Amino acid sequence: MALLEVDDLSVTFARRNQRAVHAVDGVSFSVDAGEVVGLVGESGCGKSVTSLAIMGLLPKQPGLRVGGKAVFDGTDLLQLDDRSRRDIRGRDIAMIFQDPLSSLNPVIPIGLQVTEVLTRHRGMKGDAAAKEAAQLLDRVGIPDPKRRLKEYPHQLSGGMRQRALIAMAVACQPRLLIADEPTTALDVTIQAQILELLKDLVRDSGTALVMITHDLGVVAGMCDTINVLYGGRVVETARRRPLFREPRHPYTVGLLGSVPRLDAGRGEKLNPIPGSVRDLLPWADGCAFAPRCTRRVDACVGQPPELVLAHDGRSYRCVNPAPVPGLTPAEAAPVTVAGAADVPVADEPPAPAAGPVPAPREEEKP
Amino acid sequence: MSDSDVLVQVRDLKVHFPIKRGVLFDRTVGHVKAVDGVDLSIPRGKTYGLVGESGCGKSTLGRALLQLTPPTAGEVSFDGVELTTLAPGKLRAMRKRMQMIFQDPMSSLDPRQNVESILTEGLQAHGIGGNREGRRKIISETLDKVGLPRWALSRYPHEFSGGQRQRIGIARALVLGPELIVADEPVSALDVSIQAQVVNLLDDLQDSLGLTYLVIAHDLAVVRHISDTVGVMYLGALVEEAPSDRLYTEPLHPYTRALMSAVPVPDPDVEDRRERILLAGDLPSPANPPAGCRFHTRCPWAQPTRCADERPALREIGGSRVACHFAEQIATGELRPHKVSAEIVRPEGEGEEPGVVSAPSEPGSFV
Amino acid sequence: MTIISRKKKEKIDRLAELAARDDERGVSLWQEAFRRLRRNPAAMVGAVILGLFVIVSVVGPFLVPYAPEAQHWKDEIRVGFLPGVRAENWFGVDHIGRDQFSRMIVGARQTLLVGVVATMIGLAVGSLIGGIAGAAAGLGGRWGRAVDNVLMRFIDMLLAMPSLLLAISIAAILGAGLTTVMIAVGAVSVPVFARLLRGSMIAQSNSDYVLAATSLGVRKPKIALSHVIPNSLAPVIVQATLTLATAIIEAAALSFLGLGNNDAAIPEWGMMLADAQRYIDIAPRLAILPALGIIITALGFTLLGEAMREALDPKLRK
Repeated sequence: MALLEVDDLSVTFARRNQRAVHAVDGVSFSVDAGEVVGLVGESGCGKSVTSLAIMGLLPKQPGLRVGGKAVFDGTDLLQLDDRSRRDIRGRDIAMIFQDPLSSLNPVIPIGLQVTEVLTRHRGMKGDAAAKEAAQLLDRVGIPDPKRRLKEYPHQLSGGMRQRALIAMAVACQPRLLIADEPTTALDVTIQAQILELLKDLVRDSGTALVMITHDLGVVAGMCDTINVLYGGRVVETARRRPLFREPRHPYTVGLLGSVPRLDAGRGEKLNPIPGSVRDLLPWADGCAFAPRCTRRVDACVGQPPELVLAHDGRSYRCVNPAPVPGLTPAEAAPVTVAGAADVPVADEPPAPAAGPVPAPREEEKP
Repeated sequence: MSDSDVLVQVRDLKVHFPIKRGVLFDRTVGHVKAVDGVDLSIPRGKTYGLVGESGCGKSTLGRALLQLTPPTAGEVSFDGVELTTLAPGKLRAMRKRMQMIFQDPMSSLDPRQNVESILTEGLQAHGIGGNREGRRKIISETLDKVGLPRWALSRYPHEFSGGQRQRIGIARALVLGPELIVADEPVSALDVSIQAQVVNLLDDLQDSLGLTYLVIAHDLAVVRHISDTVGVMYLGALVEEAPSDRLYTEPLHPYTRALMSAVPVPDPDVEDRRERILLAGDLPSPANPPAGCRFHTRCPWAQPTRCADERPALREIGGSRVACHFAEQIATGELRPHKVSAEIVRPEGEGEEPGVVSAPSEPGSFV
Repeated sequence: MTIISRKKKEKIDRLAELAARDDERGVSLWQEAFRRLRRNPAAMVGAVILGLFVIVSVVGPFLVPYAPEAQHWKDEIRVGFLPGVRAENWFGVDHIGRDQFSRMIVGARQTLLVGVVATMIGLAVGSLIGGIAGAAAGLGGRWGRAVDNVLMRFIDMLLAMPSLLLAISIAAILGAGLTTVMIAVGAVSVPVFARLLRGSMIAQSNSDYVLAATSLGVRKPKIALSHVIPNSLAPVIVQATLTLATAIIEAAALSFLGLGNNDAAIPEWGMMLADAQRYIDIAPRLAILPALGIIITALGFTLLGEAMREALDPKLRK
């Protein structure tokens, strides 16, 4: 049984006189104990809202509706009252945010912020707590931890602040750690330090980690299982290697083709996805990615695409997935779609938009 | 390479921002050496990529090159014309030949101007296109070049998506028909799939218009992708400069190696195989840079001799230029990396320019 | 394919076409702010109050039943008694036998005039000083900063004085009168406008689009006029609306202290309040009515000002 099982999670913001925004629209994924799971997607795909909804950290406002289930170790987190949720938060599930400066209280010394967690969840007090806090800072690689305890967040550099935040998160040896873009605000050499630290912590303590990021490179190096999100829904789930070697959903293919690789030669053209995230079809009317998709067929519009389960735990939500190299098209596409045969593979330049779906009107090159 | 092929030549460029303290009278208590002695040349029609982490002075260098931030010392020659001593009027006229693309397309576009007025402004300033009709024609052509629809003209920046805003920024730079474009983090504010569109657009524009680029970015993969030559900056100075391919296959400076190994590659096989060179600690403050080699406090190959007291100059090694005393020994494996303990760095040095700075006195102004 | 799905697709096509309509004009920030303002109920309440106030002060004086200075009911006044609310005097009669209703209506015009003119004086002088200082500091280099320094020390001096004290000093120099009240109240708001515009302009001068304009080769005066000032105006406009409220209150305070207009033919709410205090025991309405007038008008301006602040705030923009 999985440690965390998120099932059909949806988050809707409804404002007065305005159309409701489906920030998360049926996200399902699971995290096993000790596993590193990635949630990957671009801005607006709902990856951060998903984590906030699971943690119960979404700002309470009228018009907010959270649906579905998020079962952690047998309890549905979404059904808990605030008090028991606070107990779980910090003790069993901890979270690391993108901007360490705004997640730390600027007027309280680092040490007090760490000991506060220890007192709240582990009942430690006084010297014992201070000693443990120093040990934690040492463990996350902050030099001279005893002195750092008395310092304020603004006295530390960005990387050190993120380390302090990680120390607070792992203070109670949580079973699940959710890291929301933990390195986006940091420089690349500092990012490498932090990622290495997270890897070590996960390996040593057996904590499960949910890594939320837009950076495919980060998940390639860290995650066991990867969920690709688009338009508030998971469009593809796969183990790390199969996902990068043979991506099936056209969006995953497009993402991989968009990233310039350090090891590629100069002048190799990138294959961007046409259009922008704004060209979104509501899931109820078909595949949200269809307006930007180069493998679009008639069946993409009309009803939402079913989740296709393939071998070794991978799944994708697409009626005309990219073929796996070396397989015949029939094997590659479990769902046979009429008219799919003459659709070009994604590696080739995008074919002119055919079919009844609106062509992407933004960003597309003439 | 003959001199006529070089469009931009920068010699020993320095930009120091005074740090001022005091209640009634400002006292200069030190300098942030944002750029501290950079030499580089950009051949016509080529792309020079400048890469480095935040606080290394790469953006300041780009602005100083365009004389948007007055340099403290050094020379910038553009197509044979020395810019640092040029009279303000002549410099203004020169500006149509060198343009800039900014990181954040939202903040670099005036929110109260519609696209037509954004694009007309430069034309008016230089009296290009004559009348309204002539300008309209130039603007329409530019819109086509960057892939924006005609109806964009009457719209305002906030009505566009991030990628389209960046296209407006590119159009604004292109409309004057420049030869040099300095692109400061042109894609880092954009989503991954949009980044690729803009990178391809920049590539295509260079092919069709013969533009010369100086691309400034923190993302080594992006810089390497679009540049012919890459310069790596650390604390205000170039530590290595090499042809794009060579930089990847044969990084010579320890910092380049560390930077290269830190960039995540979206390929699990590569990620698992490669060895990370983790740097200890943070970037030292540019107000108080380490003596000797600026990198020696974090360098895994630092040696007890020379590194701490002698600042290495850029020297040529097999087609690259590198500022390291022991580059050859490191390349052959004669020197092995060792562990470095992290030093705490105060965040005052973060960012390119600290809060209390004022521009240095302009060259030629009376005091 | 089913008919339903085909219909759906056609609908989506139409939606997409609608969204990409080529002939649609862009919406500028001002227009958008105005739209937001119209949707804000607080702004509407403020606007209705002010609308009524303006109508009353413009047409009211022509419709009042009695001349404001006419002492028709002087004979009815006795010690400890003033005629109260009745059919011929809706708001009763004041201490020397004038119709309170007529005086309130005519007084509205004075109050509006003082508020608007005083704010205009403050806005004009403050914006001029602040604009010059802001442009000089933001774009003028070394000499600009010197100019800015001189101007701002002067503004700091004004700012250091308590506002009512400053107003009283000015009134003492110029002598009592309506013009004095306007100038005094206006002078008090000068440093506020100057500081606000200057700060806003300096912030805008450091923005990327000013750098972009510089790199396009646009001249500095043009940059100041076409980029920096338009983008710095929003807080100043909000402040002007809010200042209208305080100006009305301050003008009333000055009149109350006897520094306002002494002409009995031109009633003013502050003066009425001052006169009424002696009769507060026998006719509290004489004090309450002008006070209520001042409060409601000030509230109207404040509501509108706050709503405008929300509408113009760039952080609230989508």
